[in-house]
Amino acid sequence: MSDARRSVEAVWRIESARIVATLSRCTGDFDLAEDLAQEALGEALAAWPDSGVPVNPGAWLVTVGKRRAIDAWRRRGREDERHAAIARELDSREEETWDPEEIDDDVLRLVFIACHPVLSREASIALTLRTVGGLTTEEIARAFLLPVGTVQQRIVRAKKTLAAAAIPFETPPPDEYPARLSAVLSVLYLIFNEGHSASSGAEWMRPALSREALRLARVLAGLVPREAEAHGLVALMAFTAARFPARVDAAGDPVLLADQDRSRWDRSLVALGAVALSRADGLGRGRGPYALQAAIAECHDTAPSVEGTDWARIVLLYEALGRIAPSPVVELNRAVAVAKAEGPASALRIVDGLAVSDALEGYAQLPGVRGELLSQLGRWDEARSEYERAARLTGNDREREVFRAKLRALDSTG
Amino acid sequence: MAKYMLIMRATDEAVAAYAEIPFEQVIEAMGKYNESLMKAGVMVAGEGLAPEPGVVVDFSSTPPVVSDGPYGETKELFNGFWTLEVPTIEEAVEWAKRAPLTPGNKLEIRRVTGPEDFPADNEWIQKEEEWREQQAG
Repeated sequence: MSDARRSVEAVWRIESARIVATLSRCTGDFDLAEDLAQEALGEALAAWPDSGVPVNPGAWLVTVGKRRAIDAWRRRGREDERHAAIARELDSREEETWDPEEIDDDVLRLVFIACHPVLSREASIALTLRTVGGLTTEEIARAFLLPVGTVQQRIVRAKKTLAAAAIPFETPPPDEYPARLSAVLSVLYLIFNEGHSASSGAEWMRPALSREALRLARVLAGLVPREAEAHGLVALMAFTAARFPARVDAAGDPVLLADQDRSRWDRSLVALGAVALSRADGLGRGRGPYALQAAIAECHDTAPSVEGTDWARIVLLYEALGRIAPSPVVELNRAVAVAKAEGPASALRIVDGLAVSDALEGYAQLPGVRGELLSQLGRWDEARSEYERAARLTGNDREREVFRAKLRALDSTG
Repeated sequence: MAKYMLIMRATDEAVAAYAEIPFEQVIEAMGKYNESLMKAGVMVAGEGLAPEPGVVVDFSSTPPVVSDGPYGETKELFNGFWTLEVPTIEEAVEWAKRAPLTPGNKLEIRRVTGPEDFPADNEWIQKEEEWREQQAG
């Protein structure tokens, strides 16, 4: 890729959200605005390698986008009020200046529309990364190991869905706000998780995807600073990402938390997480699910070793999490913490309860954890059959290898 | 993603000229710039250095010579930095271009090293990481 092209892409990553947001407000049409922004980007790619990057590249791109809007409306014979307003603005040759308050509102509207509940999760992810994150369709495809055409289709279809449902470009009304914000947070968290639970393919791109999700979460927290869970999500992502450098060994195989070289954890991310969590706490509304999970991750990040971890505190945090967001996976994780804090017998009672309830049917971690507890209790034969089950259930080759290694270790002890 | 440091240098003339700009105006311009970095979620750290002279420890001879700073012969003063986390150096450059700086100022952009740049099994590297851990924890 040429240097000029890389510069254009760098500008685009910095400006895309504000450009699409501004064009959406001016045209009142998100679908059109996204197309206009892409056209403007295309023009930049054609012009900047010769002319150089303009002094105010964002304004340049918005102006081009507005010109294209005029053209598009003329073609469609829709020369109405908005059209006239944009035409006047272009004639006055006023440079687009961004009023910080106004542009923040526009970018927030953009985030809400990209994560609108009429869209599928996949569509929201693609649209958010492209319009808010400034990633190209190719980059999104590479990150999700999908053909470029599939991502393109998802974006086109998502925009059609929004247009068909006549979704306005606005922040949700107060009664819908909490649910809509939580939809945004979960889209960002899905992007983050997609990046770090990589099972195959272009591994190198995956951590970058998680870091992009973290960046977007920081952007969002800046837009809605009074929302504790936005800060909670930033904290959770930062504390989790801090461990990435130690999560795989030189051969690319996963390293379990207990075996990770903690000196490789990224302390600047731990510090970022701590700041975000204290911001969430500072709002005084108590901790939501993201903040609680962040607090658990923080216990690990600040512990010198597995033995030196404050497991009793982690148990309490899981109990609190189980109360506000009950789920069998949370229960299973609580059991793991209980095993460390109180021993395998109490933990096994929790896990047996889960096994009976069938809530985690087909989930490889359930027999995986049960096998671990049974082997700690010296019940080798039962442990062996649990590990075998876990190895059968998992769809992830590397995880299967972890269970097989445990089986081999059992064979050499028992 | 990588961390890049934007290292600010200025000639004496530029520092003098900058001092002519009303302080409020400087604060506002820098504040806006820092806010834009924060809002984009790319800011990791940033510090400015005070204008009064410091001290230089020069290793050209043994033992090193200690003299009043800043740099003696050099014509540029190092007066602050930003650390940004962005995926490419081009993006760091685009951010650098937006800094509210005047003629005679320069920003040098360098990648900050991380653990991946050093052998993980080196005893001293491990000690340094432990030390960082204690600082952060």
